[in-house]
Amino acid sequence: MAFISSGYNPDKPLEDRITDIGPRKYDEFYPPVIAKNKGKWLYHEILEPGVYVHVSETGDEVYTVRVGGARLMSVTHIREICDIADQYCDGYVRFTTRNNIEFMVDKKEKVKPLVDDLMSRKFPAGSYKFPVGGTGAGITNIVHTQGWIHCHTPATDASGPVKATMDVLFDDFRDMRLPAHLRVSLACCLNMCGAVHCSDIAILGYHRKPPMLDHEYLDKMCEIPLAIAACPTAAIKPAKVELPDGKKVNSVAVNNDRCMFCGNCYTMCPSMPLADDVGDGIVIMAGGKVSNRLSAPKFSKVVVAFIPNEPPRWPQTTATIKKIVEVYAKDAKKYERLGEWAERIGWERFFEKCELEFTHHLIDDFRDPAYFTWRQTTQFKF
Amino acid sequence: MPKHETPMLDQLESGPWPSFVSDIKQEAESRAKNERNIEYQIPQDVCEDILGVLELSYKHKRTHWKHGGIVGVFGYGGGVIGRYCDQPEMFPGVAHFHTLRVNQPGGKFYTTEYLRQLCDLWEFRGSGITNMHGSTGDIVFLGTTTPQLEEIFYEMTHKLNQDLGGSGSNLRTPSDCVGEARCEFACYDTQALCYDLTMTYQDELHRPAFPYKFKFKFDGCPNCCVASIARADMSFIGTWRDDIRIDQEAVQAYIGGELAPNAGAHKGRDWGKFDIQKEVIDLCPTQCMWMEGKELKIDNKECNRCMHCINVMPRALRIGNDRGLSILVGAKAPILDGAQMGSMLVPFIKAEAPYDEIKEIIEKIWDWWMEEGKNRERLGELMKRQGFQKLLEVTELKPDPRMVQEPRSNPYIFWKEEEVEGGWDRDINEFRKYHQR
Repeated sequence: MAFISSGYNPDKPLEDRITDIGPRKYDEFYPPVIAKNKGKWLYHEILEPGVYVHVSETGDEVYTVRVGGARLMSVTHIREICDIADQYCDGYVRFTTRNNIEFMVDKKEKVKPLVDDLMSRKFPAGSYKFPVGGTGAGITNIVHTQGWIHCHTPATDASGPVKATMDVLFDDFRDMRLPAHLRVSLACCLNMCGAVHCSDIAILGYHRKPPMLDHEYLDKMCEIPLAIAACPTAAIKPAKVELPDGKKVNSVAVNNDRCMFCGNCYTMCPSMPLADDVGDGIVIMAGGKVSNRLSAPKFSKVVVAFIPNEPPRWPQTTATIKKIVEVYAKDAKKYERLGEWAERIGWERFFEKCELEFTHHLIDDFRDPAYFTWRQTTQFKF
Repeated sequence: MPKHETPMLDQLESGPWPSFVSDIKQEAESRAKNERNIEYQIPQDVCEDILGVLELSYKHKRTHWKHGGIVGVFGYGGGVIGRYCDQPEMFPGVAHFHTLRVNQPGGKFYTTEYLRQLCDLWEFRGSGITNMHGSTGDIVFLGTTTPQLEEIFYEMTHKLNQDLGGSGSNLRTPSDCVGEARCEFACYDTQALCYDLTMTYQDELHRPAFPYKFKFKFDGCPNCCVASIARADMSFIGTWRDDIRIDQEAVQAYIGGELAPNAGAHKGRDWGKFDIQKEVIDLCPTQCMWMEGKELKIDNKECNRCMHCINVMPRALRIGNDRGLSILVGAKAPILDGAQMGSMLVPFIKAEAPYDEIKEIIEKIWDWWMEEGKNRERLGELMKRQGFQKLLEVTELKPDPRMVQEPRSNPYIFWKEEEVEGGWDRDINEFRKYHQR
């Protein structure tokens, strides 16, 4: 493994340096039919799950075939995507916000061979490489974060629970039988790189044990005032600590009763790790949305306070999600998003129908917003 | 014989959904065979070690990645996230495993030629494992060593004409929906605005000078496919202020069943015959639609543009022609003070290049936030701390009922001295002439 220089000269880092050039410009990568019809689209129609057509005022059509992707993707896999796009789509392809891959063709007769090819490609152990679906009133890909594959603060894995969940929900990725579309998201800690707080169903990693304190190293590794300031509940204060060898060091003390396990201190100070095999697990949230359609955007609500991490397939988590999806599918009216359905029937009825236990953890006690979630009316259902 | 046994991960290879485990294994195999005779610049068995360390996490139910570490490329404060394994002896291939964020193209359109160039670079100088894409929108290169960072940046900028994205306390890589490129609902060119602002604010994107992260996201219509309203400090959401365009013949075609409602999105179940009264008119949140004989009527002044009727009957109803966007500010995920949704600041503004008016608002907000924001305080939190009035003051915008859900229900108004006739300096002795102690 000999080092091969790119041309960069470490002794003269500014020599020939190119900076601030930004991304490649979007229109370099438009397929011709997109470039020609941009801003001229009249309407679209979903022809079958995963396949839709957009029709332009010029008379042109673009057929899009959407396939699911694990957002964690190798260059070998991306090259296979390129091979397919070269064969069927004149060398163009796009990705969606929810980690789907979209292959576009300009003629209807090109759709079927493409779909057949995509569905025929499987990994040796049997999973689809490019399952077609994820459109309309069904379940599309899960947006998610890094988890144990790459992150330092996660309370659960990301790619594993996502794979396990999508396996369980796969029929709804390939179908459009639900009352409305249903968005599932996962964030492996409440930093929520995945912004799961407005999803129909959110899978959230959460810690339940206060940070451990690595007193011997804390003052060397961290800026103590920053660690103290990082705590949203003011549970951290400075402390002088005597080590077993009698040496006195500057460190911090944590008021464990005030800790809400956000991990923000750990973000500022690596000597305060929270991760724990028993303490960490999954919170299930439900009923959020970002669209302004019919009702305003909503936050997801906590409906299950804790499910343990159960690698490799998180069976309790996936069973809970499947149950909620099935009850919603059966009970909601056409066009009703999961949160709109829960609000119409009442959350008391939601818990009853989904057979979820309502525990004290689900009643908000965090600052001002808490009051607005208590019931200030005599209207409720038995 | 694999380098590490991965019995738990192997269980994630079955089932229909694409298996990331199978994919990493295929990359490991490709590197082991090295049919293209690549002089790999980081360990050839890096993918085996990724699987190994992940399997260990599955066993321990804890991550094995250490906290950050200051690495980057010269002159930039973002775009690279340092990452080190906490078991480097067991997994030397991933001992240093830094991430690069690569600024994605608008709408995430690609040519295969360009994607292959990215793949070649990343296979040669990194793990070959990516995220397509990260949550913020970047192409994410997962895992390389410190000496490779400058080399990758040099090749990217010199050969691929491509820059890094944002990380840390700076402008994060802006992202957009597919927009006018392939959507009839787009009320402005999301890609054009996203690109223009990305280029205008390259300095803010690469050199952290902010109290914390700052995100721009661009949604072409109120359907909000990129979730800007939930996760962008400034969200730009397309809208219009004239009339929904109606094709009455197409309305009749929906009523008659010739056209599938909701663009076919409900085809997976028999919902019965389409009923325009029940499915559109009665569901309209402002009740501004009705049938007059065979004509669908809309009282457009009362419409709040929720998109439902247009989503249900896209061939009959189209967005208006007087288009622009709304700017909402302050959305964020829960850390620290709880989640916040974006709040309406500018109900309507035209989105036309060179976007000077939009930039003026952005810069006034940044000036305020950089002056007043505490370390790691998002814009939404500063708004809560100093109040919406302060935001209006710094942006020099006029208050408008469209900015609020409802007026305040307490009268605790912080009147300013100049608003009260005569000011606050009064003579207590004069007062006492009429009011005994």
